Amino acid sequence: MTGRQRAIEAGAGFAGARRAWGGWGPFRGPHHDQSRVRDVVVLAALAFYASPIAWQLVTSLRPDADLMESGVGITRLTGAHYVNVATASPLPRALGNSAGIAVVTTAVAILLGVAGAYALARLRVPGRRAIMLGVVMGTAFPAIATVAPLYLIVRALGLRDTWAAVVLAHTSFALPLALWLLAGFIRELPREMEEAALVDGASPTAALRYVILPAIAPGAAAAAVITFLASWNEFLFAYTFTATEASRTVPVALALFPGVFEVPWGDLAAAAVLASVPPIAIVFGLQRHLVRGLLGGAVKE
Amino acid sequence: MIRTRGLGLVLLAPALAALAVVTAYPAFSVIALSLERRVPVFQIETFVGLANYRFLLGDPAFWSAVRVTALFTVVSVLLEVVTGVALALAVNGQRRWRAAAVGLLLLPWCVPGVVAARAFEWLLHPTSGLVNALLGGRAINWLGEPGLALGSVVVADAWRTMPFVALIALARLAAIPVSVHEAAAVDGAGRIAAFRTITLPLLVPVLLVAALFRTLDALRVFDLPFVLTGGGPASTTETLTLYAYRSLFQTLQLGFGAAVATVVFALVIATAWLYSVVLEREERRR
Repeated sequence: MTGRQRAIEAGAGFAGARRAWGGWGPFRGPHHDQSRVRDVVVLAALAFYASPIAWQLVTSLRPDADLMESGVGITRLTGAHYVNVATASPLPRALGNSAGIAVVTTAVAILLGVAGAYALARLRVPGRRAIMLGVVMGTAFPAIATVAPLYLIVRALGLRDTWAAVVLAHTSFALPLALWLLAGFIRELPREMEEAALVDGASPTAALRYVILPAIAPGAAAAAVITFLASWNEFLFAYTFTATEASRTVPVALALFPGVFEVPWGDLAAAAVLASVPPIAIVFGLQRHLVRGLLGGAVKE
Repeated sequence: MIRTRGLGLVLLAPALAALAVVTAYPAFSVIALSLERRVPVFQIETFVGLANYRFLLGDPAFWSAVRVTALFTVVSVLLEVVTGVALALAVNGQRRWRAAAVGLLLLPWCVPGVVAARAFEWLLHPTSGLVNALLGGRAINWLGEPGLALGSVVVADAWRTMPFVALIALARLAAIPVSVHEAAAVDGAGRIAAFRTITLPLLVPVLLVAALFRTLDALRVFDLPFVLTGGGPASTTETLTLYAYRSLFQTLQLGFGAAVATVVFALVIATAWLYSVVLEREERRR
């Protein structure tokens, strides 16, 4: 899934969640008991829908002997798979690589993005419309189209199997995404805010620094979170530009998870659970922050 | 507009420079590459014009990938839109635990694609998988049987991305004022009539946007089929993106692979254009 989808979806989803506090529904009738049953059924259906993730969690806690037996009967639980993954698998290294690559990608995209988006949204720039169109198109480019030229660049620079290679490739989708989101946030701000500062004699740089930056901080944080997640989850570039454990990211480590004869399903499930913890923690922990940041820029009706 | 042309350029220059290198140059370069015969391991690098595209016209693997891509895209997007709208309607009618419902929808969406792929690989495991166990201990090879593999990949992809459609539809539904439904009820409209004449027309524009993003993603999907089946068995799940990747990095024909990748690129741009025309017409109608 692309970061742009994430942006829109996060906004949309949280809009729905926020309205839920208000708690009205169009089909609300006088039949209270009926509606309770209905609500339970819907929630149960959604729990079933999320069950593939729950099954990964269960699998990660069952001993190997039980896993191969097949079946649903859960009799014993063990933490052995997590010990294996932590002590004898490429995952800890991959978690570090993913975190490092995602943080650097996010920093580059947000730093260049804030400055560029301010110029695109507020300052006079020749060819602004064409640049904006290019940015929007850039968010839709398929990775398969850009991967071969990026591969040749990475090879020419001697960067294969380094963090820098993956950061370079991830910037190709993270920067258009950040520019697009941030330009949206800045355009939503009332122009009077900076004009007042400018009338008072502040320079445009000072207006950016003391007026715009604080105002878009929540939006920038949301854009940073989305960029981070997109980089954390990305597979095609990371798989292509890495060759050893020195730079392999989490999705690559999961795709290449080592096994002797059969895939070690319990260890793999534990690794998958650990790989999912950061995105799940971020999405659920920062819901409110994301709502405020994203409703302005990402979902416009 | 603030009259400081110089400052705008100064602030934009770093982003533009970076975009030129990592986005714009690769986008043009892949087209140039597709006109070459380029095999780096043998230091082959010759301009061949449209020869790669001419070869594609008679290449059965290419046409098989076109069929798989079309089937995968149409079926998974339809499945996602229909189930997504149904779920959005169900959650929108929730009186309690709506935040929990949205949370459960967010889960499949936020985990990495490779995690989703590995979860389904394990669920569908021929001898130890939960799906076969629930079917009474049958030994169905969901991902290894040519007749079943594409269906399995479609289901896994729809599972991962349907929440996107559902959440967008839900946001739109929640924005429909309750008075609209009350007015319909006063006029004696039944639930089905109300859905057809009120809710659905209001949903169409956001569903078109959701379908656009989903179609673009289905056309370029890589992680899920690559990890689940690698394009197999017997190429029955090899999409254009997988075929391009195999040509680029497994058989190492950069020029030929770039031609397949350019086809994907063209499809993505054509799809975006098509939807924008439909959306504009939709907007003018109201």
